[in-house]
Amino acid sequence: MPGAVLHMQRCLASVERGFLTLKESIGDPVVEMRDITVKFPGVIANDNVSVDVYSGEILALLGENGAGKTTLMNVLYGLYRPDAGRIRIHGEQVQINTPNDAIRLGIGMVHQHFMLIPPFTVAENIVLGVEPVNAAGKLDMDKAIRDVEELSNQYGLVVDPRANIDDISVGMQQRVEILKALYRGAEVLILDEPTAVLTPQEVDELAAIMRSLVHQGKSIIFITHKLREVIAISDRVAVLRRGKCVGTGETKNTTAEELAQMMVGREVVLSLEKEPAKPGDTVLRVENLHARSGRNLPALRGVFFDVKAGEIVGIAGIEGNGQSELVETLTGLRKSTSGHIYVNGIDVAHNQPRALIEQGVAHIPEDRQNRGLILDFTVAENFILRNYYKSPFARGINLDYRKVQAHARDLISEFDVRTPHENIPVRSLSGGNQQKVVVARELSSEPKLLIASQPTRGLDVGAIEFVHKRLLAQRDQGKAILLVSLELDEIMSLSDRILVIYEGQIVGEMAASEATEGELGLLMAGGHGKRGLDTERSERSGQYGQQIQEPLRTHVKPIS
Amino acid sequence: MANTDNKFKNPSGHTLSLSREQAVELFIPVVAVLIALVLGALLILFIGKSPLTAYGALLKGSFGSKRDIAETLINVTPLIFTGLSVAFSFKCGLFNIGAEGQFIMGQIVAAWIGFSLTGLPTVIHMPLAFLAGALAGALWAALPGYLKAKLGVHEVINTIMMNYIALYFSHYLVMGALKEPGPIPQTPPVVEAARLWRILPGTRLHFGLILALGAVWLVYYLLFKTTLGYEIRAVGINPHAARYGGINVSRDIIIAMSISGALSGAAGAVQALGVQFRFLDLFGFVGYGFDGIAVALLGRNHPFGVLIAATLFGTLARGAITMQSIAKIPKQIIGIIQATIVIIVAADEVLRRILKSKSVATQDVVEAGEVGSDGD
Repeated sequence: MPGAVLHMQRCLASVERGFLTLKESIGDPVVEMRDITVKFPGVIANDNVSVDVYSGEILALLGENGAGKTTLMNVLYGLYRPDAGRIRIHGEQVQINTPNDAIRLGIGMVHQHFMLIPPFTVAENIVLGVEPVNAAGKLDMDKAIRDVEELSNQYGLVVDPRANIDDISVGMQQRVEILKALYRGAEVLILDEPTAVLTPQEVDELAAIMRSLVHQGKSIIFITHKLREVIAISDRVAVLRRGKCVGTGETKNTTAEELAQMMVGREVVLSLEKEPAKPGDTVLRVENLHARSGRNLPALRGVFFDVKAGEIVGIAGIEGNGQSELVETLTGLRKSTSGHIYVNGIDVAHNQPRALIEQGVAHIPEDRQNRGLILDFTVAENFILRNYYKSPFARGINLDYRKVQAHARDLISEFDVRTPHENIPVRSLSGGNQQKVVVARELSSEPKLLIASQPTRGLDVGAIEFVHKRLLAQRDQGKAILLVSLELDEIMSLSDRILVIYEGQIVGEMAASEATEGELGLLMAGGHGKRGLDTERSERSGQYGQQIQEPLRTHVKPIS
Repeated sequence: MANTDNKFKNPSGHTLSLSREQAVELFIPVVAVLIALVLGALLILFIGKSPLTAYGALLKGSFGSKRDIAETLINVTPLIFTGLSVAFSFKCGLFNIGAEGQFIMGQIVAAWIGFSLTGLPTVIHMPLAFLAGALAGALWAALPGYLKAKLGVHEVINTIMMNYIALYFSHYLVMGALKEPGPIPQTPPVVEAARLWRILPGTRLHFGLILALGAVWLVYYLLFKTTLGYEIRAVGINPHAARYGGINVSRDIIIAMSISGALSGAAGAVQALGVQFRFLDLFGFVGYGFDGIAVALLGRNHPFGVLIAATLFGTLARGAITMQSIAKIPKQIIGIIQATIVIIVAADEVLRRILKSKSVATQDVVEAGEVGSDGD
């Protein structure tokens, strides 16, 4: 929308009147949060934030990581007590001290990390804590299952009450969380980053569920940092930046560019500009690679591809099709069962992680908190995680902490890591800055090959832009880059060549310039070009039982 | 991103929060000790005695004279070693419950080297016997370390079983091959050249205390100033990330267990070479190894914390004896006090909640967007 007028309004009482008139047709707000201030030592997480939620609407709470979105919702859900501010529910001032208070007031929250008990069934999880009992005081599981079925029919949230949480997909688990809140009588649902764990198809399904819920009079507060979802799903949006509410308004009156600018506080380029790649020699060559998953199922079933210097090869696929195993095998963290991995012509298939580091293979792992970083180590200590044993850091048995700190200060300024100094635990940095620490460490090792797995997972717009620019810069310096991502947008905008992985095999390859989202989507779902999308696929991520279609292009016969 | 957007722009505020954190960390053991002492006083009142008299007798027994101070420090010495031992393994994410068995092995091997060799000068014999004890402890711990690293067998189970093997193996040796002729199941005395020097005239205080203080510094240096310490701490906090970093996790587990065992073995060695001058058959576990667990816990697994905690526990143990003989108060009261300290420190979350105004963990302070991400 070129030249769109700023329809967003400051969240100030003075201008709010105009805003309220817009909403009169819908009625009074269900939730009014006024001047909420939450202070943590050294940080004001929420600074005089005011947000309203009306019945029957989806309000997107947009902001970068650390902007205070979750804090604000934790206040509403009774997890934090604000230092100042008032909350009104249906016009009545309330005091919410615990989540139980919130639940009593009809507020439900689905956390980013699910709070489910994996070995329990869906119904058991939903009724946990408010279990129906029969006359004898015994748990009435039949009634629980009936209740769940009823609720699930009412809102179109299809689940199997008897299935174990262990056995159902992440998207299903999320439905269970939503049902849990509804079972407790939630009128206002808070969904914290609900799409972070979902495949694109599951996101669509969630959006439909959210629509159906608000049609039945529920209100939804939807925490996110993804602009596309705000535009696609929400009715209204409130933008937070560094603890302050910088604007609220109707979603239809705004654009992604405008929201991005409000969120980051400056202009953001949403599309990447890049020169055509100039591929050089082959740096990575993978031949007939097989590996098993952690559950000892075949995860890679004959993978072939290569990556040349100066190009970005993207691997697209739905989660659980062997991407994690592929990256782990390429970086020495998982043993291959057969096949070859050549880095600069040397077979490294049986090398340990350190040997691969020595070969010039850098790795941005998909899980920065559990693999990429040691959260309780300082920023400086994390910067040397993969080369601490080398000069100048190691001198004999000693670690020269002065050199380590100097190195950290260099990287902090070069990569613009936001941290007060290099000696605080990396745990206390925001997600985006944690990822910058990983990226800075890996890129500064001057790799020949960079394996980037979900390099922007959970990052905000600004940080994503930063990581993308750095990856492109590496490519232009002649590094070979393998990019594995679940974000199709990311794959399509960064890659020079795109490979599609499906059930442990590369089923398609195309130049990024020729790729379309539809075609990739079909390949990712294991289908042919002619075949329509299979709607059942989200139920089935990572399982090999029902092969829908023969892979498009295989180098070897599938083992079935 | 413009620099003015820095949300950490308030460095003073952040320092404040860190020091507050550290203050809480330090405060917990102190509060635990105070609560335990008050509880002890209430118990003493309950049995109809005066807490003032009791604690007076305790202090007098521990610090009343040069000899008392020396005896207290003799008690403290092995606790420093075993406390360091348990703390060191903790730093690598391992729970070495086998300090007791490693202590026994260190004690008997040091005694054996101490009595069986003759004609060596002190400067050779004494260190040799001491190091042999440490080595015995190291090997005794390396085995469970190896099983953990290579086969994933849990070290808690293995080290507990190794304790019993050590106990009965020492019975076997002291009744057989290493037995002094005569009716008593004990080894012959350690020769003069292998005994630790007395360092305070007129008392039994021995050179082992200096060795223990040296070990405190050594462990500190190893953990926080060397590449090995970096590796071991990395493995202890997050073995997945350590492996990603190219660290050989199995190797480090074996090394950490060995060093931990060496420290417990050293505790046994100083008892053999500095206090008993022989190995006496054990009726059961002496307890220095198990007390080491409590000392490490109270000392927050930091070498300097261990030093302070060992001093406290050693003092209480020594004072308990005089409290019983002078004030006629059962020394089990001290056991209760020690147990209370351990329980409070172990259940530190409770205190943490009380000491903090807001029920938020540190990690949520800056990154409020990722609350709970470490919980799973």
